Amino acid sequence: MKTYARESAADRKWLKRFYIMLFAVMAFTGFGQMPIFKRYYIADVPGLGWSADYYKTHYIHYVGAALLLGLLAYWMVDYLLTGRREFRLTGSAYVRIALLAGIVITGIFRVLKNLPDVVFSPGFTMFIDIAHLGFMMVYLMAALIFLIFRSGWTQGIDD
Amino acid sequence: MTTSISRRTFLKGGLAAAGAIAASSLPLPAAVKGETGQELATLIDIRKCIGCEACVEACKEANAAKFPEPEKPFPKMYPSRVKVSDWSDKREVMDRLTPYNWVFIQEARVTVNGKEETYTFPRRCMHCQNPPCADLCPWGAARKLKNGITRIDADICLGGAKCEKVCPWHIPQRQTGVGLYLDILPGLAGNGVMYKCDRCYNRLEAGKLPACIEVCPENVQKIGPRAEIIKEAHAIAKEINGYIYGEKENGGTNTIYVSPVPFKDLNRAIEKGPGRPHLKPVSDAMAHADNLAKAMVIAPIAGIAAAAGKFYAASKKRGQHEEGRK
Ligand code: SF4
Ligand code: SF4
Ligand code: SF4
Repeated sequence: MKTYARESAADRKWLKRFYIMLFAVMAFTGFGQMPIFKRYYIADVPGLGWSADYYKTHYIHYVGAALLLGLLAYWMVDYLLTGRREFRLTGSAYVRIALLAGIVITGIFRVLKNLPDVVFSPGFTMFIDIAHLGFMMVYLMAALIFLIFRSGWTQGIDD
Repeated sequence: MTTSISRRTFLKGGLAAAGAIAASSLPLPAAVKGETGQELATLIDIRKCIGCEACVEACKEANAAKFPEPEKPFPKMYPSRVKVSDWSDKREVMDRLTPYNWVFIQEARVTVNGKEETYTFPRRCMHCQNPPCADLCPWGAARKLKNGITRIDADICLGGAKCEKVCPWHIPQRQTGVGLYLDILPGLAGNGVMYKCDRCYNRLEAGKLPACIEVCPENVQKIGPRAEIIKEAHAIAKEINGYIYGEKENGGTNTIYVSPVPFKDLNRAIEKGPGRPHLKPVSDAMAHADNLAKAMVIAPIAGIAAAAGKFYAASKKRGQHEEGRK
């Protein structure tokens, strides 16, 4: 039994690194949807010229969103099938999951809005646009606080 | 050209007024009011336009109440590279799009069968079927309405001009010193409000025609359910051996131009630049989003399959292990 746990722990570490990297890309390209990268010289940083091109950042954000959806679905099912017997989710993990759900759900609606045949009401359009950004800001703040208090996602069953 | 100018001056006063009266007395079918919620499109038959600019003036008049009244002096913006866009002292400009001029007349001199001809036609927002200006607006200030109008809400817009940048025709125009950004962090974020043709949404709601359509003495424009407008455009194009612009551009728009000369030639002949849109072919700006949306459906399924596969492999291995111990 031990060996499988160790194997999956190594997997998990690798995946977690991927997740953090992916999340950073999503945050960067997401903030790039606001007209600030040109104004605040970010696009002037050598190698970051593309960040002022809304279509490029949008494309990357979409590719990242697909990867993120895949990863989150993997983790969700993996947790239900095996994970929950090996570790427990911490309180801060539940907070993060709730905020992530907010980001993902508003994100899905944003993707729907961009499809050719979908028209939402003006009020709803504004709500999902601002809520998507809002959830992300709160998530980043929460992640920072949890980092300071060293509160991770998981805790061993016997801890 | 001289004849067209004299006609222009003559018609400006007389016929424009007559046309306005005639058109406004016609009752609008329910579909045109946008009450049915179907997508409405406009047809612009450029053969008919005489370049009188009555539509430009009518638009200014009908929408005057929506025009920006900026507070001056403008709050200082940081960093200093951020440019002020101020049209408030140039409200009378009519030969390009500005926050105070949502439609203008473009002129193209082209040679058809060895003869030089001049065409004039109104240019404004195309009201795309899947408008990138609205899709990509970070605040939901720009949005598409069910009746095919793309509208920027001046009370919400912060003037970042993203819509102008992502619009294939760079239609929306900025005025600094107005709008919501003044109440947030005027020095650090935002730069006014973006303005463009809203296809007279309020007149349509009230059962009236857009001002530019109503006033036109030559009935250059027409508004109706998109399918009908497309059908009519094709009928005209067939009859005159002509060309269509706006049906497929940017994945489809609600502004359909019909011309007896290729748009390629018109595009070469018109003056282009800021506030003066081109007539080039335009591929669908949001096509990437449609394609990647499909990937977003597949990705979680792949994720679930991977997790299930891992679980299955582990239980098999565990099974063998236990078997070996027996
Ligand atoms: S569209 Fe009509 S009103 Fe406008 S310039 Fe042409 S003829 Fe005149
Ligand atoms: S033409 Fe430009 S401003 Fe008008 S709806 Fe299309 S993208 Fe938006
Ligand atoms: S539809 Fe209305 S807002 Fe648009 S150009 Fe015509 S008059 Fe102006």
